Amino acid sequence: MRDSRRTRLVLALLLLTAFTLITLDYRANGGGVFGSVRRTASSWFGPVERIAADVVRPVRHAVEAISSVGSNHQKLQDADQQISQLQQKLRNIPFDQQRIDELDKMLHISAVAQYKLVYAQVIAVAASDGFEWTATIDAGSMDGLKPNMTVLNGDGLVGRTTIVGRSTSTVLLAIDPQFTVGVRLPDGQTGYVSGRQKDAMSLQLIDPTARVKVGDGLVTRGSTNQTPFVWGVQVGSVVSATQPLAGEVQTGTVRPYVDFTSLDLVGVVVEPPRTDPRDALLASPVPTVTVTATVTATPPPPSSSNPSSNSGATSSRSATSSHSATSTHTSTANPTGTATKPPVKPSPNPSPGGSPAGRSGG
Amino acid sequence: MQVALVVVLVLAATVVNAVVLSPMNLPGAPPNVLLLVVAALALVLGPMGGAFVGFFAGLAADLLPPADHLLGRYALVFCLIGYLIGMLRDEARDSVLLALVSVAVAAGVATVLYGLLGGVLSDGRVGAHVLVTTVPYSIVYDVILAPFVVPWVMKLARRTQPQVVHK
Repeated sequence: MRDSRRTRLVLALLLLTAFTLITLDYRANGGGVFGSVRRTASSWFGPVERIAADVVRPVRHAVEAISSVGSNHQKLQDADQQISQLQQKLRNIPFDQQRIDELDKMLHISAVAQYKLVYAQVIAVAASDGFEWTATIDAGSMDGLKPNMTVLNGDGLVGRTTIVGRSTSTVLLAIDPQFTVGVRLPDGQTGYVSGRQKDAMSLQLIDPTARVKVGDGLVTRGSTNQTPFVWGVQVGSVVSATQPLAGEVQTGTVRPYVDFTSLDLVGVVVEPPRTDPRDALLASPVPTVTVTATVTATPPPPSSSNPSSNSGATSSRSATSSHSATSTHTSTANPTGTATKPPVKPSPNPSPGGSPAGRSGG
Repeated sequence: MQVALVVVLVLAATVVNAVVLSPMNLPGAPPNVLLLVVAALALVLGPMGGAFVGFFAGLAADLLPPADHLLGRYALVFCLIGYLIGMLRDEARDSVLLALVSVAVAAGVATVLYGLLGGVLSDGRVGAHVLVTTVPYSIVYDVILAPFVVPWVMKLARRTQPQVVHK
């Protein structure tokens, strides 16, 4: 081109100018002349751009809507899935709460009566055709279970183990007609309770002069060597009793504390307490009222000098029991427990911490 | 007359870039209509005119909001591009294909140059990885847009051209 040299000169000048601008702006670092030039340009062109944007916005939204159809679809699917997962979790909350309550009740029992419990879940119940009442739990010999161990839950006596497999066991429920357990009357007398039907058991006393009345609570007396029954597990309350003539043995009907229609979490007593809890558990009815408040870590109140002695592993749980002590009748239970506990207590305690923690997950 | 056209085209292209094309969130770098306009004008105006148009177009791109980089970077790059494209004026008059190819090349070269300049000036936003991923996109978009923009800009520019006799 004819103007090539001039053109190249112009080009060089322009490039130099551009470079100079760059350098100056760099050194001014956003301020100075360039800052004000930018601001002026911005004030002129800002409105232009805003108007143009308003004009263009509907078109842009339409294009975005079309282009994001695919990702929106995916987002909707993800959201739906998340919603159904969350709904499921919500539905589980009452069940989780129930299990928390159950566990707390059992922990209370284990702490007050010093049972060593292995927790298990009822995974199968025999057909309730009236002929047999048994259940399968998901704990077995590898969890430390043996035949003829006491099975209880937060409400009271559930039954005893009969056949123990490696990881599951069969429990003969207390309402089975073949089930019999020796019980202790409130005045210290002995009787026998057998299963009869789903919500009633038969009571038979031994001593013809012993008398029970309606409303009396019964606890297990404890068998020889604590097998199959450990002492002190609450069984039920008397709902009716015959009025025998002199010389005749009194009989009655007992309503079990345990609701056998809704068995879920149970505990198997793998090691009995050293001393007889006697009525300790009976004297602390229905801890449910206080238990929910104590699930969170409450520091043990000052009155818990007793539980802290066995705080080896059950510290949080003894906090539970002692807290409920202040609001229900267990205040009488604790002193009883204290009095009967020999000072050597702490030794069996570290173990309760191990197995319940492992089993409470169900 | 032509100057006015150039000014209007450059400003409109800058606004369209900022308002229409960048917010579209296309993958990679958005198309640059200003670059197409500069290339088209350069093909008509020749190297000197291309250099001038590029310089001022770049300056506009540097000044107008929402530009946030050192003043003069685009001016430098577009000036050079305008000059180089302008060199092809005679050949491009005959072949549309050459025009489009040159525009595609211009798009790639402009992005790379801008990136290199950013590296020289230590602009943290520009990295080799970013360049590698954006250059193909910008070339593709500009090539797609070119048939719509370049021909009629060239036509407009030629119509308003003062009668110059080529020697």
